Amino acid sequence: MNRKISHQAKLLKEIMSYEFTAVDLNLFLDTHPGDMRALAEYNQTVCQLKKLKHAYEQCYGPLANFGNSPSQHPWRWIDEPWPWQIEF
Amino acid sequence: MWIYEKKLEYPVRVSGPNPRLAKIIIEQYGGSDGEAAAANRYLTQRYAMPTGMAKGVLTDIGTEELAHWEIVATLFYKLMKGVSPAQIKAAGLEAYYANHGKDVFLENAAGVPFTAAYFAAKGDPVANLVEDMAAEQKARATYENLLNLSDDPCVNDTLRFLREREVVHFQRFGEVLDNVQTWMNSKKCF
Ligand SMILES: [Fe+2]
Repeated sequence: MNRKISHQAKLLKEIMSYEFTAVDLNLFLDTHPGDMRALAEYNQTVCQLKKLKHAYEQCYGPLANFGNSPSQHPWRWIDEPWPWQIEF
Repeated sequence: MWIYEKKLEYPVRVSGPNPRLAKIIIEQYGGSDGEAAAANRYLTQRYAMPTGMAKGVLTDIGTEELAHWEIVATLFYKLMKGVSPAQIKAAGLEAYYANHGKDVFLENAAGVPFTAAYFAAKGDPVANLVEDMAAEQKARATYENLLNLSDDPCVNDTLRFLREREVVHFQRFGEVLDNVQTWMNSKKCF
C-alpha cells in the first residue's frame, strides 16, 4: 500500500528507526557489556539520533518532556499530532 | 523517573476501521500476557534483583513494554476511528462501547478486567526470571494467535514487530538467568 505521508511522519520514521537500533543494542549491551563492536555502534547511533532529533524539533517542537528538549514560543509540547494520531 | 517521548517505537498503520479486529487486539492491552502485565511484572521485580545486569535488563525491558502498550493502544484507537454504532453492533462490541465508548480500556478480549494477579513477584530471582521467560513465550504465542485471526496486512506488520520483540526479550532474560545463577554459585564458594 502506498500512501502519501507527511514530511513530519517521514522525519519521525527515520528517528524511530535509529532509536529502535539504540533500544535493541542497549538490551544487547546489558547482557554483553564487554562487546566493543556493539558499543561502538551504540555510540554512533546516539550521535546520529541527536542530530536527527535536533532537526525534527526545529520544525515540530519538543520530542521529549521534563527538560529534555527546549521549546520555541509559545510552548510547543502540547502541539498536535500526538503519536497515536500520526498517519504513517 | 521516566521521560515521555512524543513518538511511537514502531509505526502503526491500519487499512481502515475494523471493530472486530480491535475487539481481539485489546487482549494485548489488558490481557494476562499483554503489555501492561509485562511492564508491571518486570518493573515490580527489578528492585530486589541481586546483580546490576538483572536490575538493568528488567528496567529496560519493562520500559520497552510500556512503549509496546502504547503501540497496542494506538492500534485499537486507529481501528475504532470513524466506526459507527451499527458497525459496533455488527462486531459484537456493544457491551464494551456501552461502558467505555471508544476509550482503550484495560481488559482482555473476553471483557475480563485487568488484574495484578496476572503476574508474580516471588522475591526469588530464579523463580522471577523463569516466570519472565515464560511470559515472553506466552506473549509471542498470543501475537501469533492474533496474526492468525487478523485480516489487515498493515496491522499484521505491527503485530509481527511486537512478536519479534518477545523473542528478543526471551533471549535476554535467558542471559540474565545465567548471570544470576553464576552470581549465586560464586556466593556459595566464598
Ligand atoms: Fe516482551
